[in-house]
Amino acid sequence: MSKKKVWNPGRQDDSAESRKRLLMAIGAVAGAAAAGIWATQRFSRSEQAGWLRARVSRDIHVRKTYTINRQPDAVYGFWRKLENLPQFMKHLESVELIGERRSRWRAKGPAGFKVEWEAELIDDRPNERIAWRSLEGSTVPNRGSVRFDPAPGSRGTELRVELFYEVPGGRAAQLVGKLFGEEPEQQIDEDLRRLKQILETGEISVAAADRRREAAQPAESLQYDFARTGGKA
Amino acid sequence: MRANCWMGTKKLEVHTVPDPQILNPRDAIVRITCTAICGSDLHLYNGWIPTMRRGDVLGHEFMGEVVEVGSAVKNLRRGDRVVVPFPIACGHCNLCEKELYSLCENSNPNAWMAEKLWGYSPSGLFGYSHMLGGYPGGQAEYVRVPFADVGPIKVPDNLKDEQVLFLSDIFPTGYMAAENCNIQPGDVIAVWGAGPVGQFAIKSAFLLGAERVIAIDRFPYRLDFARRSGAEVLNYEEVDIYEELRELTGGRGPDSCIDAVGMEAHGPAIQYAYDKVKTNLMLETDRPIAVRQAILSCRNGGTVSLAGVYGGFVDKFPLGAVVNRALTIKSGQTHVHRYLRPLMQRIEKGDIDPSFVITHRLKLSDAPEGYEMFLHKTDECMKVVMTP
Repeated sequence: MSKKKVWNPGRQDDSAESRKRLLMAIGAVAGAAAAGIWATQRFSRSEQAGWLRARVSRDIHVRKTYTINRQPDAVYGFWRKLENLPQFMKHLESVELIGERRSRWRAKGPAGFKVEWEAELIDDRPNERIAWRSLEGSTVPNRGSVRFDPAPGSRGTELRVELFYEVPGGRAAQLVGKLFGEEPEQQIDEDLRRLKQILETGEISVAAADRRREAAQPAESLQYDFARTGGKA
Repeated sequence: MRANCWMGTKKLEVHTVPDPQILNPRDAIVRITCTAICGSDLHLYNGWIPTMRRGDVLGHEFMGEVVEVGSAVKNLRRGDRVVVPFPIACGHCNLCEKELYSLCENSNPNAWMAEKLWGYSPSGLFGYSHMLGGYPGGQAEYVRVPFADVGPIKVPDNLKDEQVLFLSDIFPTGYMAAENCNIQPGDVIAVWGAGPVGQFAIKSAFLLGAERVIAIDRFPYRLDFARRSGAEVLNYEEVDIYEELRELTGGRGPDSCIDAVGMEAHGPAIQYAYDKVKTNLMLETDRPIAVRQAILSCRNGGTVSLAGVYGGFVDKFPLGAVVNRALTIKSGQTHVHRYLRPLMQRIEKGDIDPSFVITHRLKLSDAPEGYEMFLHKTDECMKVVMTP
């Protein structure tokens, strides 16, 4: 912070003024908190959620919604071509069609860990909804659905995604739990943001060459603690 | 290439960094011919904006020559001279379609950071923290410009760099601040801060039909600039601003008040001390002295237009005055894209020559000295432009 300022403490430094300033400073301390508390709550909410999940269950259940400025048929069309999913879903390496309604999903996790499963479509209403679930016996029992509702005011499509990954236990399952990193909700949020970017702009936004990797790992960047630094870098 | 890098609070170094590359089909690479230091760069310099990292390339006011375009950029070619808007906008999301370019929904790859602080994220900006994208800025020899088919505007050959450079930020920023005042015939506009943005707000208020403009600052040379643009001036170290404005406006108060100061305001001893203590204790992130005064001084039913940058939380905000006196607050990072063409026409017609604010011309290698000079207003510094 800049120190060379007009305020000169000596200028009005009689005792009444000093007392007033001190009282103000105390008032400032007492009144601290609104901003601080609000910010802290916002920052810790996702961490708390993560903590609870860790204690209670490692299952991953995420709901996310985004408005995409394309008509439902375009958004549905892109998603329905399941091979497109790895373009924006970071944990997926590939989705391969193996039948009319069946597909093979390959996911990658930490330290080169890989897992795959087969899934089937259980609902497919063109331009409205798609739902799928893994076949029985999968290492990672999971299911998901996505709805494509027209957004009011010609704003395109309200996309609603729900994903559920069961993580029953055991070493493999624990690794699976890490597919989404420490902040599954945030990662899926990032996935859908990328989908929106692809469909609206034709590309995925990236700040610089050396940040492609970083952009895909937002949780790592949580080193920024706004609440603690109070806006100071 | 050489680039001005943020190495920590009050610490800048000009370093050799990797040349930018085309990363996406809609990118362009621009060779910088002219770049400037913005007042909002001083907030970064002073460490008031979170999520800066060592080595970040600064600069969001720049122009230059296109040297390379991505496969999807059809409107630009090698050799085109362009000015680049400081917000990065995709042109296709809902808010871009509404011409709210600084709120582009797609250009901030780190939107999640901004959402945690502000609820939702605005657009990415060049050289303005990782929370706003982490894009390398234009105080450099080259810059990568994303969505180059939407942002950059070509410059006619007859206009010099210095005449058009400020279309990148401060001219549209001052203009939008004045436009937000919805100026009616006979209106009196008060402008807090006679720095570069304030100077453009003053000129723009007159262009938009203001009857009188009153500029407020504490540096006589900056007030002289304002006077030359036709403004009346008040030095807040010499007079009580509220009383003086009341006096100058027949007891009504200014019809609109523009805050061209932002988060690091200075003010009368007590208020400044209060906000300084609170920010030092990290109980407040910004010093909202100018905006408080603008709100209290504005006439009933008037508009307070914020052009200055605020980052976080402020204290003792006179919301009661806003509500009970039916004030309108208008704000936002500038939607630069929508002003490029009309303001370029103003420059071509000779309505304004934006180069009037330039006081110092430096080489990029002298950027750290330029920041110091601009920060401390030494040598009557108003605006620093640099060439690589």
